[in-house]
Amino acid sequence: MIMVELPAHLRTLAGVSGEVALDLPADGPAAVTLGEALDALEARYPVLRGTMRDQGTGRRRAFVRFFACKEDLSHEPPDFPLPEPVLRGSEPLLVVGAITGG
Amino acid sequence: MTAVRVLVGTRKGAFVLTSDGKREKWDVTGPHFAGWEIYHVKGSPANPDRLYASQSTSWFGQQIQRSEDGGQTWQSAGNEFSYDGVTGTHQWYDGTPHPWEFARVWHLEPSLHDPDTVYAGVEDAALFRSTDAGQSWKELSGLRTHDTGSHWQPGAGGMCLHTILLDPVHEGRMFAAISSAGAFRSDDAGESWRPVTKGLRSEFMPDPEAEIGHCVHRIAMHPSRPDVLFMQKHWDVMRTDNAGETWHEISGDLPTDFGFPISVHANEPDTVYVVPITSDSLHFPPDGRLRVYRSRAGGNEWEPLTSGLPQQNCYVNVLRDAMDVDSLDECGIYFGTTGGQVYASADAGDTWSAVVRDLPAVLSVEVQTLS
Repeated sequence: MIMVELPAHLRTLAGVSGEVALDLPADGPAAVTLGEALDALEARYPVLRGTMRDQGTGRRRAFVRFFACKEDLSHEPPDFPLPEPVLRGSEPLLVVGAITGG
Repeated sequence: MTAVRVLVGTRKGAFVLTSDGKREKWDVTGPHFAGWEIYHVKGSPANPDRLYASQSTSWFGQQIQRSEDGGQTWQSAGNEFSYDGVTGTHQWYDGTPHPWEFARVWHLEPSLHDPDTVYAGVEDAALFRSTDAGQSWKELSGLRTHDTGSHWQPGAGGMCLHTILLDPVHEGRMFAAISSAGAFRSDDAGESWRPVTKGLRSEFMPDPEAEIGHCVHRIAMHPSRPDVLFMQKHWDVMRTDNAGETWHEISGDLPTDFGFPISVHANEPDTVYVVPITSDSLHFPPDGRLRVYRSRAGGNEWEPLTSGLPQQNCYVNVLRDAMDVDSLDECGIYFGTTGGQVYASADAGDTWSAVVRDLPAVLSVEVQTLS
C-alpha cells in the first residue's frame, strides 16, 4: 500500500480528502517506481492526467514536485525506485505544488 | 418568464450571476473552481443549460469543465490538447524560433446548433474542436500550419487564439483572431484558413501593413449581418463590410482607440460598444474615468456612457473577453473589470450599476438570455 498526499487543488479535483491509498505493489514487496506510482494514481483518478505530468511528453510540470522520506525525487527519472518506507506505507509520497506566485 | 444568466470567469474562480428580465436584483453563486483561473465560461446556444468552462493554473495545467444544469453542478471533461503532427516553431519574443507549446484554453465557442460540438482557442495559438461534449479534442491544424505560422509571434499576454466567431448564415464560415498574428477566416468549417487583414495598419511592425503580425484584441459580429465585423485592435477600432476582405478605421472621435473588448447591440447591428484604455503602456481608462463608448452609426461617431460608472480614481482594465450583451428587447450590456467589478446596464448603456464589486480580477463575461 502506497500512501500519496496530494496538494489541495488536486484533492478537490479528484474529490478526495486526506491521503490516497494506492494498492501497490500488487504482488508483495517488489520495487515500485515513481512513474508506476504516478501511473496508478492517474489510472484511479483520470481527472489528474495532465495535472502533474505533461500528457504528451510525460515530463513533470514545472511547478510540481515529488518528495518522499525528506528527499526531493522531482528530478529522478520515471524508473526511479520509491524508497522502502514508501512501499511499506509508513511514509507518504508527497505531490507538492511549488511555492510561487502571490 | 425571461431571465439573464451572466457567466463570469476570474483569476480565482467562476461566478454565475442570474436575474429576471428586469435585471435589477441579482443572485450570485460561486466561486466555482475556487483558486483556479477561469479564462472563459460559455453556454451552448442550442442548449443553454450546457456550459463549458476553461479552468487552469500554472501549477496543474488545463481542465475543461462541463455543466448540464446551467452551472449548478460540473463534471470534468477531457483535457488533452495535442497538436496535430509535427508542431514546428513560431517566433519567440526575441525573433528566434520557438516550438509550439500548449499553455491553456483562452476561449470556448460552442456550436450554434449542436451542444456536443465546441471549439477551443488555445495558447500557443491553435484551434481545437470537440464533437463529444468536450471529452476529446482534435486540432483543426489548417490554421496553425498556415504558410505564415512560423512567423507568428506572441503578444505580451502570450500567443493566444482568443476570438472564435461562427457565421450563422454562410455555412462553414468562421473567423479566428490571434495575438499577435492577426485575423483569419475559414470557409470550410475550419479545415483551411487565410489571413483577412487588408486595411489593418500597425505602426509597431516593420511593415505596418504586413499581412501577419497585427495584434487583434477582439472581433464582434451581429448574427443578422455576419459580413460586417467590428474589431478592437491593439490601437485602432476597425470595421469590415465584406467579411474581412478589407477593413477601414472607425475610431473617429474616441478619446483613445486603444482597448480590448468590443460588442454589438443585440437588436441594433450598427450600435457598437468599446471601452477606451489610455495606451498600450497604461492599461487603465483615460483620466481615471471609466467610460464605455457607444456608436449608433456603426463607428466614427462615439458618445461616452458614464452614468453609474466611476468618474474619478478608477484605474482598472477591461479585458478582451470581458464584455457581452443580452438579447432582451431593451438590450443589456455587461462588462467585468480587473478590479473585480461586474457592471450591468439594462438600458443599452445609458445607466450602469455594479452587480458585484469585489470579485477577483475578471477575465471573461458571457451572457445568456433565457426564456
